[in-house]
Amino acid sequence: MTDQTMTPEERAASLEGMGCRRKRVEDVRFTQGKGNYVDDIKLPGMLFGAFVRSPYAHARVKSINADAAKALPGVVAVLTAEDLAPLGLHWMPTLAGDKQMVLADGKVLFQGQEVAFVVAEDRYTAADAVELVEVEYEELPVVTDPFRALEPDAPVLREDIKDQKEGAHGPRKHHNHIFTWEQGDREATEKVLEEADVVAEEMIYYHRTHPCPLETCGCVASMDKVTGKLTVWGTFQAPHAIRTVVSLISGIAEHNIRIISPDIGGGFGNKVGAYPGYVCSVVASIVTGRPVKWVENRMENLMSTAFARDYWMKGRIAATKDGRITGLWCHVTADHGGFDACADPTKFPAGFFNICTGSYDIPVAYLCVDGVYTNKAPGGVAYRCSFRVTEAAYFIERMIEVLAIELGMDAAELRRINFIRKDQFPYKSALGWEYDSGDYHTAWEKALKAVDYEGLRREQAQRIEEFKAGKTRKLLGIGLSHFTEIVGAGPVKNCDILGLGMFDSCEIRIHPTGSAIARLGTISQGQGHATTFAQILASELGIPASDITVEEGDTDTAPYGLGTYGSRSTPVAGAATAMAARKIRAKAQMIAAYLLEVHDDDVEWDVDRFVVKGNPERFKTMKEIAFAAYNQAIPGLEPGLEAVSYYDPPNMTYPFRAYICVMEIDVDTGEWQVRQFYALDDCGTRINPMIIEGQVHGGLTEALAIAMGQEIAYDEMGNVKTGTLMDFFIPTAWETPNYITDHTVTPSPHHPIGAKGVGESPNVGGVPAFSNAVHDAFRAFGLRQAHMPHDHWRIWQIAENLGLHA
Amino acid sequence: MSKTHVKLKVNGREVEGLAEPRMLLIHFLREELGITGPHIGCETSHCGACTVDMDGRSVKSCTVFVAQANGAEITTVEGLANPDGSLGVIQEKFREHHGLQCGFCTPGMITRAHRLLQENPNPTEEEVRFGIAGNLCRCTGYQNIVKAIMAAAAELNAAKEAAE
Repeated sequence: MTDQTMTPEERAASLEGMGCRRKRVEDVRFTQGKGNYVDDIKLPGMLFGAFVRSPYAHARVKSINADAAKALPGVVAVLTAEDLAPLGLHWMPTLAGDKQMVLADGKVLFQGQEVAFVVAEDRYTAADAVELVEVEYEELPVVTDPFRALEPDAPVLREDIKDQKEGAHGPRKHHNHIFTWEQGDREATEKVLEEADVVAEEMIYYHRTHPCPLETCGCVASMDKVTGKLTVWGTFQAPHAIRTVVSLISGIAEHNIRIISPDIGGGFGNKVGAYPGYVCSVVASIVTGRPVKWVENRMENLMSTAFARDYWMKGRIAATKDGRITGLWCHVTADHGGFDACADPTKFPAGFFNICTGSYDIPVAYLCVDGVYTNKAPGGVAYRCSFRVTEAAYFIERMIEVLAIELGMDAAELRRINFIRKDQFPYKSALGWEYDSGDYHTAWEKALKAVDYEGLRREQAQRIEEFKAGKTRKLLGIGLSHFTEIVGAGPVKNCDILGLGMFDSCEIRIHPTGSAIARLGTISQGQGHATTFAQILASELGIPASDITVEEGDTDTAPYGLGTYGSRSTPVAGAATAMAARKIRAKAQMIAAYLLEVHDDDVEWDVDRFVVKGNPERFKTMKEIAFAAYNQAIPGLEPGLEAVSYYDPPNMTYPFRAYICVMEIDVDTGEWQVRQFYALDDCGTRINPMIIEGQVHGGLTEALAIAMGQEIAYDEMGNVKTGTLMDFFIPTAWETPNYITDHTVTPSPHHPIGAKGVGESPNVGGVPAFSNAVHDAFRAFGLRQAHMPHDHWRIWQIAENLGLHA
Repeated sequence: MSKTHVKLKVNGREVEGLAEPRMLLIHFLREELGITGPHIGCETSHCGACTVDMDGRSVKSCTVFVAQANGAEITTVEGLANPDGSLGVIQEKFREHHGLQCGFCTPGMITRAHRLLQENPNPTEEEVRFGIAGNLCRCTGYQNIVKAIMAAAAELNAAKEAAE
């Protein structure tokens, strides 16, 4: 078939543009083991770095003796804080406006903290040398409970700032206090609570966990002393931001630094931050003049880089007798560990937790978050969610369930009568956000119908009767969740990280023969950007997606961007992609008009070509236009066909979802089985349904892990109890159910293609769905709140405490 | 540390070298031979990213000394493509059914699937799920991996039938 005989629909389909279940271009490499991850990089003369880490959670470092390590053949250097201090690199700034020790400076604040950095010819020698470094510690009292940390007589953790009354986010009220962040109207909310018909109150704990991507963090730093250029390959979710940070803290001019994110084996927030391993590798390369590789092992990953959650959320929710919510009050005690290394936009020390009014039309609300230091690892990253949005979703979706119990109402109905209505969008929330678009009722009805909600409730009631009659030992839980996410950070006016506005970018070059390369400021960690961004371009430019290369992650070639996390790639860089493409199309229109010898306004776009209005036989395809751009002197136009766009979004995007989980629970063993999971996602315009479904499956499985067993647990001494994959729960194919995916489409009105972002929704909404299923199974027996993770032992305890084993 | 001589067959090619007795198979493959398909995810045998085929059995090469593999026949994901360089059936089905995202678990997962389908050419979904439970994936939720393996089994069986 030729261009002439194809219908516009056929031409559009042949482009594999937006909406197409296009197979991923990445997979040909990955399925053959031809990916290029950081540990695959091998440079001539490369050394290997490894850390000596603290076995104690809180201790003074009395002395470090590295003589024996240095004497070991193959050891090239051992770095301590003393070596880094003259360079001013023994501490580094965190993304949250705090500072963090790169190597222990007099004391350690968490188990696994970096104390010394050994550099050797190979990884075996480095590991041997780590064992030979003698460190003398003096143990100090350990605080792992954030409430204990705030007591007047609690040990001082951060001696470096103990007298500092002002932190990065305002006044500090205690030596272990980091910040207080208040949003909403306290007075009005408390008045509503006092006067309400019904108030439900509960403490909801979202436990500490970890993103645990299958590939750990690592880097290879190579300082070329001849050219003065530093190149760092690493597991960076935000390569440009890393370049700027490295420049600021090292003093190396930014143009002399090249950061490359090669293939990344999953990120989920773990790879947003800057870690001591990166700094030490760079310093070691400068000191030794050789490339230095550092790759953490799994235990180091779980113990030291980027925990997530650890929020104690006290809530009060007010309603009328018939279930209309009138107000929401929340106080969070946020455990940040030894340093405040949260990865949040600067003005949001608790991220976007103020999305905690959820999908509901709540007239008045108040939120207060207190950040606290403890003897735990730093981090507080957004584990497959926008900043602290998972905590917010869990909080409101638990509070709704608690309120339903208080009111004696069905939880699905309580949600339905409180949803923000379609006609209320754009909707201003009581805690300050403007939701762009939504149609919650339609999604909710579709979900309830899909699972036969009424039928499930009947089955559940019958099961309870059978249980009481001694005919079964299994209960049925129906877990509901509806949540609105806030992603796509974000507008530069209020979103920045270390002063860098959170715009993103795309640069497109159309080649003379009509194929193209696009470079973006983001970086894929499995999301399939090389596939989906080409689809956006195919639809916008009329060039087949297979003729478009998408490249990311090299700061020497890609335009500046803030990277990939918080579901921001499609909302921000996706928008930049469309906008850059439209600049190209505008120029292409002028070229086409010139070639067709008509006025610019006399041609119009038709899938992959400009046609003369009213005369579709006369046209120029994008391919022809591209060639003309390079071989003809067109009056008034520069040669070439390229464009770049830096997109500053006017607002965040607000995807939403309706999830229902049906779970069987064995009262005597605490074992659970997910019988059915229905997931309806509305992420606005859908670019590649196959990839969206894959994202939903994966995010839900992470949610399953978190809700049902995954945690970073500490004992009283501050020892990490879950530091290996033996103890840290990651579901296998055996425990993981099949998911039913569904969707509605409510485009974002302010996004160029209406897309809202999807990667994180299932983690955010999945956790409350699984947890609510556990709670719901025991609701009839008086359960109101049981903290996650709901492992078999804890579920057994719920049944035991409710007297169900008698 | 004194080194020991090892000789093994990797993806059909005879290789030999000197290695410390404590050197792990995964490090020998990746660092001495430059075969970087198998990955290191945990170094404790839990994640399966390092899975290779050793004398007809799936092993986690992060907990096998290369000395133990002396004389063995090893197949990694690099050895599973068709002789003409095109994707093998399992590889192709992973691509077709979106059975991978970040790609880090993929080499181990595909190598395991390859062995599983030798052990059990016609597995049920339950048998596939049990058969790959030693390989963790953080991205896909396994749903499409299971689908890919089932589809590969069907295609391999159909090809076998056609050949008979």
